[in-house]
Amino acid sequence: MTYWDREKECMPREELEKLQLRRLKETVYRVYAFVPAYKEKMDQVGIKPYDINSLDDLQKLPFTTKQDLRDNYPFGMFALPMSEVVRVHSSSGTTGKPTVVGYSRRDIDIWAELMARALTSAGANRHSIIQNSYGYGLFTGGLGVHYGAEKLGASVIPTSGGNTKRQIMLMQDFGTTVLTCTPSYALYLAEVMEEMGISPAELKLQCGVFGAEPWSENMRREIENKLRIDAYDIYGLSEIIGPGVAIECPVKQGLHIAEDHFIAEIIDPETGETLPEGSMGELVITTITKEALPMIRYRTRDLTKLDRSVCECGRTHVRMQKVLGRSDDMVIIRGVNVFPSMVESVLLDIPGVEPHYLLVVDRKGNLDILEVRVEVSEKIFSDEVRKLEELGATITKELESALGISVKVRLVEPKSIERSEGKSKRVIDRRKI
Amino acid sequence: MAKQISVFLENKAGRLAHVTRVLGEAGINIRALSIADTSDFGILRLIVNDPEKAYRILKEADFTVSETEVIAVQVPDSPGGLATVLEQMSEANLNIEYLYAFLGTAENDALVIFKVEDIEKARQTFNEKGIRFIDEQQLYKL
Repeated sequence: MTYWDREKECMPREELEKLQLRRLKETVYRVYAFVPAYKEKMDQVGIKPYDINSLDDLQKLPFTTKQDLRDNYPFGMFALPMSEVVRVHSSSGTTGKPTVVGYSRRDIDIWAELMARALTSAGANRHSIIQNSYGYGLFTGGLGVHYGAEKLGASVIPTSGGNTKRQIMLMQDFGTTVLTCTPSYALYLAEVMEEMGISPAELKLQCGVFGAEPWSENMRREIENKLRIDAYDIYGLSEIIGPGVAIECPVKQGLHIAEDHFIAEIIDPETGETLPEGSMGELVITTITKEALPMIRYRTRDLTKLDRSVCECGRTHVRMQKVLGRSDDMVIIRGVNVFPSMVESVLLDIPGVEPHYLLVVDRKGNLDILEVRVEVSEKIFSDEVRKLEELGATITKELESALGISVKVRLVEPKSIERSEGKSKRVIDRRKI
Repeated sequence: MAKQISVFLENKAGRLAHVTRVLGEAGINIRALSIADTSDFGILRLIVNDPEKAYRILKEADFTVSETEVIAVQVPDSPGGLATVLEQMSEANLNIEYLYAFLGTAENDALVIFKVEDIEKARQTFNEKGIRFIDEQQLYKL
């Protein structure tokens, strides 16, 4: 087993928790002193920094949400003056004001360190040629991976997203060994490669590190088969630091959260109560080394569960299960929670069906209607109406049994569903509630 | 025997115009067509003068397209002509998936395109019963 920082990644649990407590206390003192929004929230519930004396005391602290960042737009949550901030990133802000995050020089170093760990865990090293097809810019994906790959000493090809045919040409010409992008873009690359008549056997690709959107085990299989690589899931969010918060190891039984820098909890998203280990719930993360933008109990909206048992790979850091979905992507239809990843999983289990799909939710009268659009590829096309209708009925039946609600499946023309070069859009909600 | 080009079309305004325009611009002449439609989608079936080229052009234009083996049968162009052919096929237990008429004629006979379940069996039956069908290359030239 290869590690980037064996001492930290395999630190005995007891020692790790001591380190976490020391760093947590420092962080709480700092935010109380330097971030008025945190002081206000803590004062409201009557908690002082000296009340935090154990890791369990963390539960006494109020949550932080995306809304807090919006309310303090743009730099109000920063714990350092702008003269100490060397970089800002920002979310797309599709649902209002964007959220802005900041980094000190040390934050950037730690982030690169975490990304180097993550890439090492996926099998990359200084001999790797890493094609980084995450978008460069305000999105944390591009630069986050970039700095980590340089720290690792690998050769980075900073292609960013888009211009797919050129990406494939560079992959061939430069002998790319590691691909980093969103899982949906990885599949799109495979599709374009096939169209160009290029077989993955002609490429040197060995592994891929894919994240920034939830993806299923079936999607992993699809990517691994089509690109003939080993696919790893990486987790992160800009509010915490960006990609590199957690990474899969070769055992692929969950993603190791870098616990020397973050404390993870699982809560009930409805009540906010901390749930016992092993329960499924919303992931809450506290940063304990971040300087510019410390986050206390940040509600990620991501649903998962934690496993603290020591992993076969030797790492002691807690593992989170592959994220099932972001509660923001989740649509509630007639009281049932539906995640795009569930639909994807079903589609990939039907031979010949490609995972190009879109969920359209609408309301007719008082009834919510879920329409799932699925592209008809050549593999499943027939010149007979009856066969296509049978296919539609099979997809409908499988989806209905997996989701537990009625679904209208609509077969659509290939490429009619928008291909994404970043995060893919899987849901259109037209309900006006 | 003949090659039919089948195209998947969403039931959306302008799709049929688009596919025929793409073919027209590539200099492909449509010799026969039929559309099977449902509320959501349709399947356009075409006999053209150059099926290989049509297949390639449509694929490049991102349509889902396939080639299907069909058979072009010469049917006497007189009342009851088609009925006779269909009766003979029925007697031989030949299952027909669908059929549609060709735009031209051959030797004063009407032409009907048949998609059958078992094309070999159809050929044998036609030979036995003296039903005439037209050869692929001849068909594209009509």
